[in-house]
This record gives sequence, C-alpha cells and structure tokens, in this order.
Amino acid sequence: MAEKAAARAEAARLVAAFRAAGAVEVEADILQPAEVLLDLYGEDIRARAYVTADPVRGEMMLRPDFTVPVVQMHMAEGAEPARYCYAGEVFRKQERPSARRTEYMQVGFEVFDRENPVAADAEVFALFARLLAPLGLRAATGDIAILTAAVRGLKTLESRKAALLRHIWRPRRFTELLDRFGGRAPVSPSRAALLRVLATGERPAAAPHLGLRSEAEIATRLAALVDDAEAPPISTEEVARLEDLLNLEAPSPDALSHLRDLADDMPAIVPAVDRMEARLDALSRAGIDVGALAFEASHGRTTLEYYDGFVFSFHAADLELPPVASGGRYDALTEVLGQGRSIPAVGGIVRPGLVADLGGLG
Amino acid sequence: MLKLGVPSKGRLMEQTFDWFGDRGVKLSRTGSDREYSGAVEGVEGLELVLLSAGEIPRELAAGRIHLGVTGSDLVREKLADWPSQVAELAPMGFGHADLIIAVPACWPDVDTLDDLDAAAAAFRRVHGFRLRIATKYHRLVRDFLTQHGVADYQLVDSQGATEGTVKNLTAEAVADITSTGETLRANHLKILCDGLVHQSQATLYAARGADWRGAARDTLSRLVSRLGLPAVDMA
Repeated sequence: MAEKAAARAEAARLVAAFRAAGAVEVEADILQPAEVLLDLYGEDIRARAYVTADPVRGEMMLRPDFTVPVVQMHMAEGAEPARYCYAGEVFRKQERPSARRTEYMQVGFEVFDRENPVAADAEVFALFARLLAPLGLRAATGDIAILTAAVRGLKTLESRKAALLRHIWRPRRFTELLDRFGGRAPVSPSRAALLRVLATGERPAAAPHLGLRSEAEIATRLAALVDDAEAPPISTEEVARLEDLLNLEAPSPDALSHLRDLADDMPAIVPAVDRMEARLDALSRAGIDVGALAFEASHGRTTLEYYDGFVFSFHAADLELPPVASGGRYDALTEVLGQGRSIPAVGGIVRPGLVADLGGLG
Repeated sequence: MLKLGVPSKGRLMEQTFDWFGDRGVKLSRTGSDREYSGAVEGVEGLELVLLSAGEIPRELAAGRIHLGVTGSDLVREKLADWPSQVAELAPMGFGHADLIIAVPACWPDVDTLDDLDAAAAAFRRVHGFRLRIATKYHRLVRDFLTQHGVADYQLVDSQGATEGTVKNLTAEAVADITSTGETLRANHLKILCDGLVHQSQATLYAARGADWRGAARDTLSRLVSRLGLPAVDMA
C-alpha cells in the first residue's frame, strides 16, 4: 500500500505540471462499454483487459487506458483547441505470471489541435522530457506516418497496399504479405489449382451456399485473386527499400539524412519526412538535444494499433521494465470515434508507480 | 496419500484404466456403477479420485490432486501459462482429437489463415462487424490467431453443436475439436490447410502446486518407475 501512496504522490505532481502546461483535468469511468474497445482493438483486447458483465448495460471492461474515453468526451462536447490531463488506475490482465502489474496508475496529457500538429508533437514530447529529466531515462522516437506513406507509394495494386497497411502493427503478417507480393514466397498448391480453374472462366465447383457471407462477396474476392495473380510482383528494389526503411535505427539527424536518401527513390514519403524535419526543428527550439535522440522506424509497431504518426517512449536502464512513459499521434482514432468528425490529436501517458520506483520527481 | 484424478466415465476412463493396467497398476471403480469411488492395486499410497475430465485441469492447478489424466487441449485452454502450473509426465496415446479452424466448403477463395484474414477484412467492410468464429476454446484460438497475425475476427462462444452455427447465421467460421472430420463434412465445412490449432491427446500431468513433501514424493518416484517413465522431481 505504501507503493500506491508513492505512485499517487507522483501522479499528483505530474497532474499539477500538466495543468500548469494548460491542460484541463478530466475524469473517466472505470467501467467502459466493451463493444467500443472490442470494435477498435479486436479480439486481442480480451486477452489484455478484464471483462465483466453488467445486467443492464451488457459486457463491460475495466478501462485498459484513458485515451478512448477522453477522445469520446472531446468528440462529444469538447471545444477546440483543447488540452486535457487525467490520472487514475488502469487494468491490464497478464496471461503469464510476471512482475508486470495488473492494476497501476496512469497520468496522461492529450492535445487536440488542428492548427499545427508538428508543434503539438514537439510540445508533448518536450513537456514529458522536461518533467522526466531527473530520472535520466532513454528516449526513443518513431513515425508511423513515414511507414504508411512508404506503403501507399508502392507501385502495385491498391488491394496489396491496403492489406499491408492493415498489418503495419502485426510485423509477422506484414512480412509474410510482403514476401508474397514481392514474389519471394511460392504460391500454395491449392491456390495454384484454384487459379487454373478461374483462368478457364469457370466458377470452381463448390458445396451448397451456406452462411452470411454472400455469393457476391465470394465472387468479389475470387476476382481480386485473379487480379492479384495477374499483377507483377512488387519489384525487388522496392521491397529492399521498404525493408531498409523498416530496419532504420539511428540518432535523429542521421536517420533524417538516410530518409532523405531513400526519398529520392520513394517520393511518396517526402511530405512525412518534411514533417519529421519540422518536428526536429521544433524539438530543438524547445531545448531537446535532437542530436542524441534515437529514431527507430519500427517504433510503435507492436503496440495497440491506434498511433498513426509521431510515436515516443521513455525507458529506464532496466530493459525488463515497461516504458516509464509513452505516447504518440492518433488522428485516425478521433475519426473512428468521432462519428464523421475528426481532429488531429497527440498525447502520452506516464506511469507514476515506475517514476516512484526510480526515485521520484519530488 | 498421492491423489490421482481420472475421468469418471466413458471411453476416456476405460482407456486410462487400460493404460495403467498395461503398466502394472490396476485401477478400478468400486461399489455400484453410479458411485464415484475407485481402488488401486500395485502401488502403495496412491488414491484414485474420479472426476469430470473438464474439472481435472482446475483441480491440478489448485493442487487438490497431485496427478491427473485429461486432454492436453483442456489443460492449454483452461490454465493460463500451463507449463508453470503442471508438468507433462506422459502423453498416453489415446483420446486423439485435433482443434482446427473450419470455414464453409462453399468458400473456394479461403484455404489458409492468410485467406481467412483477407476475407475477414472484406467481411467487416461489407457487414459492419467482425467475422465471427464460434468456439469454446477461446484462449487457444485467440493465441493461435494472434500469433499468426489474423485480424478483424471475433470469437463467439459456442458450448455445443458448434458446426451448426454457420448454417444458423450466428457465426461465419468455427474452431472445434474433430477426430475424423465427419461432422464437419456433414455440415458443409472444410478445414483450413494451416488451421490446425492443437493436436490433443489424453496426457498424464503432475500439479506443481500440490503438496509434494514426504510420502507423496516417495509414492511418485515408485509410481513413475512402475510406469516406466523417467524420474521426476516435483519438489
């Protein structure tokens, strides 16, 4: 219990600092409707969040984070621009016995601002860096928007790009898809047989139709399979450049110049790389030593999938510990939850319990 | 006493009795057909506890029985991080069943997990909800699909007659146990070629959380040597 009190004291300090930075403190219910979270994160969230049942409201979850309820609140009633902060417990189920806590405090800061997203990215990161400076943490950054721009710029079918974009956050399937679209993985025997039948213009012999997925939906996908089989593979050069990009890890200025080199052959990433450069300038003006700031192109690819731009995290020397703080840009999430409206948004959370364990900010 | 939990009825019980009998440990039910009590001959200090096969994983996890015979599918499904809770002493070579993922046979475009993932994405766009997979093996199926990077699906609970859910429009695909595939074919379903989630068989487990001090430990070492299994130390 002493640990909780220490976490609470650090949380109060952080909330005071976020308020001083212009944030309005907000609250969120601990019990959240499961449907919204399931729709957003998919079945994986069931392995991570505690699910319970309400006799009237149906399936509920103990909040696994604050971002979703804060975005919902802002989209329903918020004025623009807005800065919010919050502090409270979140709950994460652990499937394996581990030192990771299942119930811990999060303190967060979120900025909703359409005017200057790059400045908002720098504002959030610089604020976190300044507040956490006494702990001597290692910061790492990335930018999902550069990856998505690179995929969108591939010279191949839209359906292939869409499939790759869906799986940016699932590196294993992304690699499998890239191998297949790049012609590096063999076509399975069953697929080859199907394509031979389709090439004759016949429908494959099939059992009686069954289930909700209609014959028209099946026909659409069969046509897509034929288109895919007829399209040339993504060129070796393009695949190699994409892999080069995904594996890029370097101090920010070196990463930027490498990305500029890549952009000569990948013009689609130019706007995203321009934004990265503008962000580094803004960070530099805010007093961040960008020369030492790590950039990892694949940073944020294994988190819950809502970040779609700048991403960052702050780590202790002990790599067994979860990040002390993390965050990023999630413009698309506001669109999903905004019922037709959207707003650029960036934010992050700190774990005050870890802050206390590492000596605290007091 | 060292407590051995064994399925209380049916073929699984008979085959378990045969397996132990072939190795010189005679297990039997005592009293009337309806009474759940058993007897052991051949190893001193071993007590037979007859239980529902589905409850054996839980009893092992709680340490209320030292040893238990049940399907490896049930242990993996019901126990989080099962190797930390039980030790696998011997696969027993019967009770074989495969947990598989199956889709309607009328989907010529879906043969692999990769296809299932693509079909799920398109299905969600058209119908506004995630493609439903009916199962009672939530943990095993979710872990398997996560590991293989399949998205845009949801699991719906089905405790029985799972193969009928597609026809009844309550699911688009199923994940269920099959041994011959007969029921799947009768319901116009086909197994994905890489859709084998787990190959289950009856297995003898030891509970890590049971009390292994003193006599229980000695009885275990006598039992495994009688059964011809490698020595284990549960302490």
